Parts: sequence; structure tokens; C-alpha cells
Amino acid sequence: MASLRDIKNKITSTKKMSQITKAMEMVAASNFSRAEGNAKAFVPYMEKIQEVTASVALGSSDASHPMLVKRPVKKTAYLVITAERGLAGAFNSNVLRAALQAIQKRHQSNDEFVIIALGKVGREFFRKRDMNIALDLTSIANQPTFNEVKDTVNKTIGMFADGAFDELYMYYNHFVSAIQNDVVEKKLLPLTDIATSKKPMSYEFEPSAEEILEVLLPQYAESLIFGALLDSKAGEHAARMNAMRSATDNAKELIDSYSLLFNRARQAAITQEITEIVGGATALE
Amino acid sequence: MKTIKVSVVTPDGPVYESDVEMVSTKALSGELGILPGHIPMVAPLQIGAVRLITGGNTKYIAVSGGLLEVRPDQVSILAEAAEVADSIDVDRALKAKERAEQRLHAQKQENIDYKRAELALQRALNRISVAGK
Repeated sequence: MASLRDIKNKITSTKKMSQITKAMEMVAASNFSRAEGNAKAFVPYMEKIQEVTASVALGSSDASHPMLVKRPVKKTAYLVITAERGLAGAFNSNVLRAALQAIQKRHQSNDEFVIIALGKVGREFFRKRDMNIALDLTSIANQPTFNEVKDTVNKTIGMFADGAFDELYMYYNHFVSAIQNDVVEKKLLPLTDIATSKKPMSYEFEPSAEEILEVLLPQYAESLIFGALLDSKAGEHAARMNAMRSATDNAKELIDSYSLLFNRARQAAITQEITEIVGGATALE
Repeated sequence: MKTIKVSVVTPDGPVYESDVEMVSTKALSGELGILPGHIPMVAPLQIGAVRLITGGNTKYIAVSGGLLEVRPDQVSILAEAAEVADSIDVDRALKAKERAEQRLHAQKQENIDYKRAELALQRALNRISVAGK
């Protein structure tokens, strides 16, 4: 049996660890409620821009734009949104697995696709596998603002426009509830399914439908990516909160069983001491 | 007097919402004034100030990278960034202006970074001028 001091050390270190996981849980909880708020604040913008885009793109069938047109696919891009670090349960591995499986199924060689990684975990994952990372953004804040991600998102859309790739898929965790995230695969570019629930309005275009699409479509695609990022952030904080809560619970259980062991060992030591004393006394008689 | 509902929304959340008598903006094709009952219209906006006029009072909002959507009873401005005049951080805008100017001096024309610096300069100048009103 392990010595008394060994067990005591284990108990202390487990206790300290549980303090850390407890603190991380609380940090994640506060981040989570703010991230949820951010995602909600974004909804009006998204709805509005979706509505207008649908009206313009569907309402004026004569207006076309390169971002709406399907072209022969020579290169595919995968935009994968992960967290900045682990300690969030299966959050990162779920989305990375989904993306990797899709890539392996569709492509034979690494030249057929590029990766756009939002989040450090994803970047390291694909870099380790020697895949082409066309663009990456790391050190994303816990509560990202549009200004922060604008450059990367702009460049992504620009690369499609320049023909660096011909279609763009997006992989991210969709936040369902505090205990559930679903991995979503979404074809982002070319924009083929612009759906809207409301009836499209017929607008006057100033100066022309084409010129409006020129401004509107990149903005729409950017907001889709930003929306996915906010969604994924809310999910990330929720996942981290849950992971840390169960870590704290597990630590408590461990401490309980170590305490039992410790008490047993201490009792055994006492019993042994008494037996020795009694044995010594008997020997003297 | 008839009024029209105006809402300014950005990806970081709604910025402003109220009923006004007239909206005056700068679209890509030129100055644009909108009164209640305007026909539905969509127009891209320049980096500039949006003026909201109610009963002789004018409120200024700095807008960059935006789009204007008009309906008979509602005007929506969808912008990448927007600030109401009194919430603009002038110091930050001044710093951004200096940075952009430095970059413009350092780089040659026709460069992508040059264009970006130019846009940044425009945004900063816009903020400064709106904040001064």
C-alpha cells in the first residue's frame, strides 16, 4: 500500500486541480452568457441582410455576379472554425473529425484543396497533417468583434473572387443548447441557396442591381462567416463549461476515494503500532 | 409631421433605432434624402455621415461600409461599423488617422495595402468630422 504521505500528496494536488477547474468553469460560464448575447445581437443584422440579399438576387434575375455562378471545381477550400485551445471536451475533435473525413472522402491529393483555419487548434491540426493552409486567424478573442475578423473574412472572399479556389465549405459547431453542439457543414461559395422566409420585396436599385450585388454579396458572405464564428464561440464556452464541471465532479470523487484510502492506511498504522507495543510488553514479562 | 422608422444595425448589434422625419445620407451615386412614404429602394452607401432630422434637431451617425434599405415605413442601414456622434472615441480616430497617413506616405500607389490605408484614412476622417458636429 502507498505510504500515508503519498496519499496525502495526491489528495492535496487533486484538490488544487479541482480549484483550477472550478475557476475555469466559472470563467467559461460568464464568457458563455456574453457570447450568447453577442450571437443574439447579431441576429437582426443577419436577418436584414439575408432578406435584402434574397430580394436583390432573386428579384432581379437578369443581374448576375461571379459569386452566384458555379464554376468547374479545380480547388476546394475548407473553412474550419475551432477554439483557441482545448479543455472543452469533444468540441474541437468533433468538428475536426467531420472536416477531415469529408476531405479524405472527396480528395486524393493535398493539391486539390486548401484550408482556412479560424482558431489555433484547427491550424495546428491541419499543419501537423501537412495540408495547405491558405489563411489562418488565431488569438481570436473570447468575444470577437466584427472588426477583428474583418480582414481574414475579406481575404477569404477575395481569394474566391480571384479564383484561388472555386468553392468554399464551412465547418463549425452550431450551438444548440448549453449541453449540445452540432457540427454543421455549409456550402458558402458560390452562393447558391439564399433562402428567406419572408416574401421578397421588389426594390428600386440605385444605381443598378449589379452594382448593389457588388457591395452586398461580399458583405453577405462575410456576415455568414462571422455569424458562424459567433455561433461556434457560444458553443465553445458552453462545451468548456460542461467539461470543466465534470472535471470538478471527477476530482471530488477522486478526493473522496483517496480520503478513504488515507483513513484506512492511518488506522492500519495505529493498529500496527498498538500491536507492536503490546507485543513488546508481553515479551518483557 | 409624418415620421419614418430608422434602424442602424451592425454585426456587433443594433446601434440606433428611432422615428425621424427625414434621413439624409451619401450613397455611392450621390446625396440621398429620404422622407416617409419613399418607394422601396436599395443603395450602397459611401463612408460618411448619416443625418437623422427630427423637429429641427439633427443627429449624426458615422457609417462605414454600408447599405441602405428603404421601405415606405422603414429605413434600415446595414453597416460594418456605425457610431452615434457622441459615442465616438475621438482619440482613437485621431490615432487611426495618423497611422493611415504614415502608411500612405510609406507605400506606393496601386498597392492593395495602399487602398486599405486610404479607406482607413477615410473612416478615421469621417469619425472625426462626425464627432465634431
